[in-house]
Parts: sequence; structure tokens; C-alpha cells
Amino acid sequence: MAATSAPIVIVGSGHAGYTLAREFRKLDEATPIHIVTRDDGCAYYKPNLSKAFAMDKDADGLVQQPPEQAAAGVAAQLHAHTAVASIDLDAQRVVLEDDTVLDYGQLVLATGATPVRLPALGPDAVSVNTIDDYRRFRAALPEKARVLVAGAGLIGCEFANDLVAAGYSVDVVDICSWPLPRLLPEAQGRALQAGLEALGVRFHLGAGIAQVADGTATLDDGATVDFDLLLSAIGLKPNTTLAVAAGLQCGHGITVDAAFQTSASHVYALGDCVDVPADDGAQPMPYILPIAHAARALAKTLAGERTEAALPAMPVIVKTPACPTLVCPPLNSAGHWQVEGTAPDLEAVFTADDGRETGFALTGAATKKRGEFAGRMPPVHRVD
Amino acid sequence: MRKWRCMICDFIYDEAKGLPEEGIEPGTKWEDIPDSWTCPDCGASKDDFEMVPID
Repeated sequence: MAATSAPIVIVGSGHAGYTLAREFRKLDEATPIHIVTRDDGCAYYKPNLSKAFAMDKDADGLVQQPPEQAAAGVAAQLHAHTAVASIDLDAQRVVLEDDTVLDYGQLVLATGATPVRLPALGPDAVSVNTIDDYRRFRAALPEKARVLVAGAGLIGCEFANDLVAAGYSVDVVDICSWPLPRLLPEAQGRALQAGLEALGVRFHLGAGIAQVADGTATLDDGATVDFDLLLSAIGLKPNTTLAVAAGLQCGHGITVDAAFQTSASHVYALGDCVDVPADDGAQPMPYILPIAHAARALAKTLAGERTEAALPAMPVIVKTPACPTLVCPPLNSAGHWQVEGTAPDLEAVFTADDGRETGFALTGAATKKRGEFAGRMPPVHRVD
Repeated sequence: MRKWRCMICDFIYDEAKGLPEEGIEPGTKWEDIPDSWTCPDCGASKDDFEMVPID
């Protein structure tokens, strides 16, 4: 590949940004890469943030490579602690907030997602979606603290497990009826709840937080929960601000085609900021596995051979040792779960209204059947 | 028998245990796993996985 190829600019230094850069470097060692990031640019594995205590690590311990080393590993020029001010699609040019101008041959948005904030949780609620967030979280966490987790979803349950196992007092509150209601049928959600309760987690389900004042949360049903630290884990919203400002088409996340190209030529996106182009409907899939598949295909595209990403069924591991859980989320919620087994060892298959099996969930010892169930599922996106 | 660690996500492949749930029999050597195999946790491919022997 000629060294004169116009630079690739990657916005974002999370798992998506670095994985893409690494895959691209396997195909092309010469084309300049710029990585622009609001973070410091270190390499870390985000799923570890919610199991750091189990790994006996603090925020620094989770850093796999410091910024200079991470950037050097993919021969990229790092623009750390720097936001993008604007994108000029016609001129193929990115302007950074420090007025640096980067001309690009190809631009990749890997801008991630931002935790959803609920005003009722007050200004002191902490959310964790980056390693810097995690560093602040640990610094604000008193010894033996009482932690109130708002949100019984994937991240909330993982943090509850990690914190209670490390000796913290943990309450979880959510308006839903059982944990992970969008991913698990009730029987499995209850199995997960029972596993966490056996470790000491207290669940307050069916009521949201109405207000927070002086270390006490008042729930919708009038109950109160005292806490030292409030961890908000309500959900994620794709970061599309930059894409919208540039005029790129967006749905929930940035709209991309099967090759992860946006509505503009020479501009691509992957990771938590996109609507993954699933055959059953594009939607955010803020998990690790879609990034690996997207990055591998996108690297080929950037190297000159447009490649659609074949996306297989991609099971998500819920890191709750209290009740091992694995779920391959159904991409369309119209359908029903069928559950078999004895709690906590349950296997569930989701059958869509058209009769196709489109998702599964396994808890307890049933998680060992992962390969068998994954093989039954249709791919997320088929490439012929 | 050796173990291999995924440098991206710390997944451990233990040759002695294999990965029966993925059809890889106990005792399968690392070099006998197909090149198309990817890490079950993070999806990294075998070659770029930078797996290293840990004992």
C-alpha cells in the first residue's frame, strides 16, 4: 500500500476505535492514522469496569496500555483530551477544538454512548461508562459504603454483584418487575435476583426513585433507602451529536449500511454510537462482539476492498457470578419466551411471532450449553 | 498441556479442558484450533489475539 494514501481519522479511543486501528494495521502498515479522543487515549477493556473488584484491580490496574504505548501499537498519532469541533464532509476535513485541521481520506466515528441521566437522581449520582468515570467512582466510594444502584439492567446487576462480593452494602432499585426485563424472561430474571440476594443485595422493584435528598432516596411507593453513593445505571444513549451536526443520517444511533458506512461517502461508524444493521431492524447493540465483527470488515473496506460485515448471533455474557447468565437478545420483541429447567439452571428460547427462534437466554449450569443454542440462532446480518 | 490468555479480555483457553461447549474437545492443542476461531468473550481473532502461554 502506498505511503501517500490520505490519512484515516478515527474519532474515539474506546474498544471500537482501537480494535479497528489494530485490524487495519494488519492490512496496511503505511497509511497514517489519527485517533482523536476526549479521553486520555489509554487502552482498556470496558467490560472489566463492572468486575474490577473480582479482578482485584483499581482503575489504574485496568489500564492495559498507557496512551503513548496504545497509539504506538497501532502506529497512530494520538490527539488526546481533544474534542472534534466540526466535520466538513465536502472538504473531507475535521477541525478539532484546538483548531488543528485534519484532512482525511476516510473518517471513522467511534464516539461511543453516554449514560442516560434521570433528573430525579440529583446532581450527585455517579454513572460509569469510561475508565475515568470508574476512577472517580472508586475515589468517591467510602470503605464499607452503602451503594444504591439505580437500574436493574445489565450494568446495574454486574456492579451490584461486584460491589456486594467486595463487602459493600448494595441496594438496587428499578421500576421493572424483575432484573434485565428486556433481555430475560421472568423466571431467569428471578433466578438472577435470587443469586444476588443470596450475596446480600436488596432489590426494590416495581418502583422508581421519586427524589433524592441528603443520602436518602424516596421511592414512588413511599419507601426510603439510605445510601452513601448513588450509582446510576439506567441505560445508554448513542453519541450522535457530532454526526447530526455534520448532517449524517441517524436513528437511535448513527445510521450505517452493511459495510458500516454512514450516509456520507468516506465516512464510517462502529461501536456503541451506531444502529447495528441487523436484518430484523437496525438498532444499538452496545456490546463487545459486534465491534469485533464490524472492525474486521471495516478494516478491509478502509484498505480498499468494500466488505459487508457478516454478523452471527452474538451472545452477551452477563458478568454476575452469583448467577452465571448468558443472553442472545431477540432483536424484535414481538414473540414469546419458553423456559425449561429448574432454577437457577434455566434455558429459555425466544420464538418470534412468525415462528422463528430469534433469541435465547441461559442461566446457572445451563450456560455451558452456549454453543448448542448459539448454533440454532439466525445471524444478526447475513451476507450472501 | 498449556493455557493461553486473550490479551484483549483475559479469556483463558486451557488445552486440558478444551471448550466442549464450542465443540473443542478437552486436550485440543492451541495450534490445532482452526484459524477462523475467535475468542468467545470478545471476538478477537486467533492471530491478532496475542494469546500468550501463561504456564
